[in-house]
Amino acid sequence: MPPSRRPLAGFQGAHERMGMIGHNTLIVLLGCAALGAASGVVGAFALLRGRALLADAIGHAALPGVVAASLIVAAFGGPARSLGPLLLGAALSAWLGLLALRALTASGRIRQDAAIGVVLSAFYALGTVGLSIAQAMPNAAQAGLSHFILGQAATLTEGDAMLAGGLALTCIGVVAVLFQPLRALCFDEAFARSQGLPVRWLDLVLLALLLAVCVAGLPAVGLLLVVALLIVPAAAARLVTQGLPAMLALAGALGAAAGAAGALVSTRFENIPTGAAVVLAGLVGFGAAVAWSRR
Amino acid sequence: MTAPFSVEGLNASYAGRPALTDVTWAASPGLTAILGPNGAGKSTLLKAALGLIPSDSGRALFFGGSLDQARSRVAYLPQRASVDWDFPASALDVVAMARLPRMRWWGSVPRAERDVAHEALDSVGLGEFADRQIGGLSGGQQQRVFLARALAQQADLFLMDEPLAAVDAVTEQTILAVLHGLVREGKTVLMVHHDLSLITAHFDHVLILAGHVVAAGQVAEAFTDASIAAAFGGLPGRA
Amino acid sequence: MTDFLRLDLPALLAAILAGGTCGLLGSFLVLRRQSLLGDALSHAILPGIVVGFALTGLRSAGPMLLGALGAALLATLAIGWVKRLARLETGAATGLVFTGFFAVGLVLLEVTGARSADLDVDCVLFGQLETLVWLEATSLSSLFDPVALAGLPRQLGLLAAVAVVAGLVVALCWRPLQLIAFDPAFAASLGMRVGRWELGLNLLIAAAAVAAFESVGSILVVAMLVCPAVALRLLTDRYRVQVLGGAALGAALGALGVLLAGPLPAVMGLALSLNAAGLIGTLAGFVVALCLIFRARRRLEAV
Repeated sequence: MPPSRRPLAGFQGAHERMGMIGHNTLIVLLGCAALGAASGVVGAFALLRGRALLADAIGHAALPGVVAASLIVAAFGGPARSLGPLLLGAALSAWLGLLALRALTASGRIRQDAAIGVVLSAFYALGTVGLSIAQAMPNAAQAGLSHFILGQAATLTEGDAMLAGGLALTCIGVVAVLFQPLRALCFDEAFARSQGLPVRWLDLVLLALLLAVCVAGLPAVGLLLVVALLIVPAAAARLVTQGLPAMLALAGALGAAAGAAGALVSTRFENIPTGAAVVLAGLVGFGAAVAWSRR
Repeated sequence: MTAPFSVEGLNASYAGRPALTDVTWAASPGLTAILGPNGAGKSTLLKAALGLIPSDSGRALFFGGSLDQARSRVAYLPQRASVDWDFPASALDVVAMARLPRMRWWGSVPRAERDVAHEALDSVGLGEFADRQIGGLSGGQQQRVFLARALAQQADLFLMDEPLAAVDAVTEQTILAVLHGLVREGKTVLMVHHDLSLITAHFDHVLILAGHVVAAGQVAEAFTDASIAAAFGGLPGRA
Repeated sequence: MTDFLRLDLPALLAAILAGGTCGLLGSFLVLRRQSLLGDALSHAILPGIVVGFALTGLRSAGPMLLGALGAALLATLAIGWVKRLARLETGAATGLVFTGFFAVGLVLLEVTGARSADLDVDCVLFGQLETLVWLEATSLSSLFDPVALAGLPRQLGLLAAVAVVAGLVVALCWRPLQLIAFDPAFAASLGMRVGRWELGLNLLIAAAAVAAFESVGSILVVAMLVCPAVALRLLTDRYRVQVLGGAALGAALGALGVLLAGPLPAVMGLALSLNAAGLIGTLAGFVVALCLIFRARRRLEAV
């Protein structure tokens, strides 16, 4: 369609001419904001359950899956950068990482922190080996794949942002539906059990939410730093709120702000990985919360 | 005669909350039980006196002097749960750690120190278990290894944190017998005790804490229904 | 042979030294139940390294090492502050601090243009074992020629120095380290300044992380710190075997990874070479898995 026939063409042009954000960038920002909000909310529960660091293991363990998915898709002649299969690969390999984690702690000899260290570093290493293979493949998928490590909002398409954003919003929806049982689980597990709540099942749901939120955050924030998005907004919110609903709301808001701010900075300065920008934006919010709590 | 252990005006906090307020007390030779409800500051008293946690004010004296002056005469037995019993070490290894101040930092353990460690293990009935992995020992045996380590320090003052908690009957009897042996040799044993049993049968003195000193003195005088009620808030169970 | 000396030997030596040193020190982290600290230190040193690099503009190890140690100290303090001020538990506080430091390091990396010299994001993420070369080598006699030896990559110098220091410290302080790992409260009651010992050990680990980082990158340093120690934990109940075995396994994994990175794909008919650091980490993971299986079968047989 010639530009003059597109609806709102003049308006959009005006935006871009004035140096404000373009349509694509707006969608990406909204997607990152949704990711941030979901990370804040799910991170709040993870923090309360003492599970926040699992996000570190999940993030790192996702790398081999992303690479493998890309290689498989390319082998079948599909578009190597299509986000859906990559996220699926990420989820599968992160889940394998969690199983490995369970196997290690079940030995009785290895504590969870050591097990997380083994899983995150060994899976990540496997991923880098995969990347060195992908690098030599003819359709050079590797260039896009490295962006999953530190995040790069600038390379997200509208479709990507909507997929990731949609996944994030689904997570928030699940949390909303299961709010009461999850609250009981976090505050008094013994009581929750005595009330007949399926504690193990709820923990699994929380784990699945953690997995989904981390995986959704990969293209924007990157696997190395997604754990920060789960901890920082939640920690800030817990410091200045009383009661879970307020904590969730604030964590979501801070996460959304950090996601959007980080993405905005990163689209302006393409050298700065989005993950780093988002983490730093989140830490600004955290610093503000600390200052507020001590006033 | 100088008290083997005393505290003056000791104030200490734990996790931001006051745990001990203005505790002043002098121990007497013999076997003393330190009692009180959860959070009464019993472990905190030992740790603060030994400088393991910072105290807000006050001081602790060991044989009339500072801890550094009396270091070789003082032995500390921490709670069993404070340690990872999966650690790669044998019972003898753990007991020999008590002799570290007298050994080089590398090389094999000198015969003399090894003998002291063996003796200590024998005296708690674990002579046969010297080369056993500590992870393979029962809770009671682990507690006895800890006691052997304290004995190997050849100290005059023993500060023990709940040595009888969650142990089997045989271990309980063994430990009490060892402690009575120490008292007969003129040593002083201060023991945080986790409940109110065994007091009249085995102990000479008590110190009852509830964040502050509730009662202190010989068992007959200080271990009364009134002082227990004051500390525990009227709970039954004197033995 | 000349090709081996010029192209493979430096990477091989670097991997062996890095693996051995980290494998040695990693046991203390695992035994003290502080593996997370290894993860944290490896990430937190990045801004220090970049600042040291950028401020002095030198390509020598000294400023980077100082910067890294400074960052490690600052990070340790920051974790304590965050725990207190934000009332967070240790794990979450540590995660917050080390990702924050890492993010700052990444931004500094771009902003200071340190990437123009041989320090860039790819090095941080993937290591650069493959870039270590010794072009001054001409033959076996170069191993004894001081002039040729001066051309060895600078990373080897730092790695060797840290390896020697770590080895000496562990050997000379064998018993105190064992006691502090097992029962720090008892150690303190004996009069040992446990806080200082722990600080010294942490700084040594940070130094090992800096030395290894330039070869294997930030994340793979974690693999070397944790995996050999965990593997040995699963296999042995003896302290000496744990500590020395961890060092030996780390060195062996380093060597194996470098030696296979080239030949392995060739055997499979692929015209590429694998990321050596990644292969080391992958092999380390495999070994841990094997040890898990071995241990499980041994327990089944005992039952």
